[in-house]
This record gives sequence, C-alpha cells and structure tokens, in this order.
Amino acid sequence: MSGAPVTVADLHAYVDGLLPPSRAAEVEAYLAEHPEEAARVAAYRDQVQGLSREFNAVLDEPVPERLRGVTRRRPLARYAVVVGWIALGGVIGWQVHAYSTSRQAETASWARRAAVAHVVYSPEVRHPVEVGADQEAHLVAWLSKRLGTPLKVPGLGSLGYTLVGGRLLPGERGPVAQFMYQDGKGQRLTLYVRVNADESRETAFRFAQENSIGVFYWLDHKLGYALSGEIEKGELLRVANAIYKQLNP
Amino acid sequence: MVVTDHDALIAQQIPRLRRYARALTGDRAAADDLVQDTLERALSRFHLWRRGSDLRAWLFTIMHNIYVNQVRSLARHRNEALETEPDAEMPRGRDPDWLELRDLAGALARVPDEQRTVLLLVGLEQFTYDEAARILDIPIGTVMSRLSRGRERLRVLLGSETPVTSLKVVK
Repeated sequence: MSGAPVTVADLHAYVDGLLPPSRAAEVEAYLAEHPEEAARVAAYRDQVQGLSREFNAVLDEPVPERLRGVTRRRPLARYAVVVGWIALGGVIGWQVHAYSTSRQAETASWARRAAVAHVVYSPEVRHPVEVGADQEAHLVAWLSKRLGTPLKVPGLGSLGYTLVGGRLLPGERGPVAQFMYQDGKGQRLTLYVRVNADESRETAFRFAQENSIGVFYWLDHKLGYALSGEIEKGELLRVANAIYKQLNP
Repeated sequence: MVVTDHDALIAQQIPRLRRYARALTGDRAAADDLVQDTLERALSRFHLWRRGSDLRAWLFTIMHNIYVNQVRSLARHRNEALETEPDAEMPRGRDPDWLELRDLAGALARVPDEQRTVLLLVGLEQFTYDEAARILDIPIGTVMSRLSRGRERLRVLLGSETPVTSLKVVK
C-alpha cells in the first residue's frame, strides 16, 4: 500500500464505482486487513442494490395518463409564452383600452386570467370541458349554483359556433365559469364569466391581446364576461356583440 | 416541430423521475404530483435548458427545488424529524417498531430528507458526487458528508449496527 490513507470518502466512492482502478485496489487491500470496515462497505453495497431492487419496478409501470398529458398539451409554445408573460406582470403586449386606474388594472387582471384559462383548456382534446353540451341544463344549473347567480349560456349557432360545454374554475375572488364553443373547423372560443364585486358597474367592450389570443371583456352589472379566441378581432367583436345582445334582450 | 421535440425529450425521462420521486416521498400519489409539477415547470421553462447539457440532471434539479419548497412548507409540522441524530430516537433491541424498520423503504423514510436525497441521487440514480452537488446546489464536501451520514443511518436502521466513526470523513 503506497497511497494516501483510506478515508470514508474513499469507501463510498469504492461502493459507487467512482474510484480509479489503482485507488480501488488500494482500498481493497485496506479492507482485507480491516474486517469491520469491510463489513460496513458490504452493508453500503447492499443498500445500493436494495434501492434498485425496491424501486426499479417503477420504471416498468405504465406512465399515468395525467403525466403523459403534461407533455402533450397543445400548443405548448403559446402556453409557455403566456405563463412567462403572467410572471412578468402582464404588461408587455397588452393594449388595454382603458384609463390606468387601479380599478381598471384589476379588470385587466381578470381578463388576463380568462386568456390563460383559454390557453390552458382550449387545446385539450380529451377533456376540454367538465360538463358537455349534451347536459346543458345540468351545466347551467350547476355553474349558476356555484357562482350564486343565475347564468345563461348564449347560443352562437347563427354565427357558426356550437357549445362544447363548460367548467368551473378558481377566480380571484371565488368560482368562475368557462363556456367553450367551437366552429366546424375546430376553432375554439371561450367565454369566461365571473361575479363582479360591484354590481352597479357596466362598461363598454375592452380589448386585450397577447400574440394570437384576443380577449373582449366587459362588465354587465352583476357579471363580468371575457370572450377569448384566436380569431380575427372583427369577428371576435361580432361574437361578443351577439353575446351581449342575447344577455340583454 | 420544435415543440414536439421538447415534449419527447422530456417524456423519455418520466419513468426515472417517477422512480426517484417514489423513493423520495414513499408515496405513489405524492410522487406523481411531484413529477407532474416538475414536468409543468420544466416545459414552461424549457428555453432555460442549455441544449447539449444533461437534460436529466436539469429535470432532477427542478424536481429537487420543488420538493425542497414543499418540505419547507411542511417543516413547521415535522421539524423534529429533519435533523435528529440516530442515537436520540433509535429504537434498540426488542422495540415492536423494530421489525418494520428492517424493510428498506421504511428505513429510508426515517433518514432525514437532505440525506435521503443524496442517497437516492447517488445510489439509485447513479449520479456522480459532482453531479449531485450541482443538482442540489451544495458543495461536494456536503454531498459526501450527507452520503456518509445517510448510509450510516440506514445501516443502523437496517442492521442494528453501532455507528462506526473510526475514520475521518475527508483526507
């Protein structure tokens, strides 16, 4: 034995196969003369083998759908952009046609939530909604109950959009509803509905845009609406108008 | 399409992330929650990954950070379990708990988090000490001392050995 004294670190590196062969040989020589240390090394080696025996079966398990789904969410790039943009405070890219009062800043923040909800759920193939349009009456009753006020689902068939269904989402102050529509080509629009803090307010349409997602949003007394989609602004406005008219006949 | 490329690269790593998370948390659902959080964060930050660097190490770094934050938020409730030395709470001899502790997964759960993390990165995931140090963002000497304490703790838990401290940890 010509090398440096054997340390605990050497014993571990020996167990982990991380020693150069010459040093490993020195450790082996040392262990041959120190049975207590040799027993310790054997125990560590058993631990390493035991860990593989115990947990390698996980490698062969089918990956649960919820995990496979994460890497399949479409369109990913856009999702990342929106998440990043939220993190940055959501200033860049938004042209909010509003005065910069705190009240309107609050309004913009809920419209932003609506846009994010659109980005997250509209690409879903298997689970775009919680309750489908085939159970529309149940959907409306359920969401009305959760929001604590009667909701109406606008029919957009005359504009070529049919209802896919809806879901309940967490909003800033409580539950919000999202209704999803799609046209014959699979283009989707979402209508985000929340309960307003101030029931007396009514606003004109406001528009916000991030990349390809446009949002028209407005307050209508008790409820606030945000319509999001990746369609041309003029068409989105046409849909927003149709919704407003149906809700205020 | 570049996006598909990201997805496929990351998806390949899911089984190993799950294995590590299962061993780390000892609970299937909690482990998959951790993996899911990791995947979501990784995908949202994929632009931060340096192409050509080790994707697996990068994913484990993300998972570790998420795990540490979760543990921290729970730490108030189980502070005492994090850094207790073996002698203080080790059941000896005929304690009824003792038999259960002979099972590796059960013993692993009784190793402090920061030691268990190193045991698993090195022993189960076969990262080098250097890689483990980078994943955990700690000096390599700390990796060695945690590995050393963790393995000794596990040995005591599994085999009723008296801790051996005749050697110096470093040269």
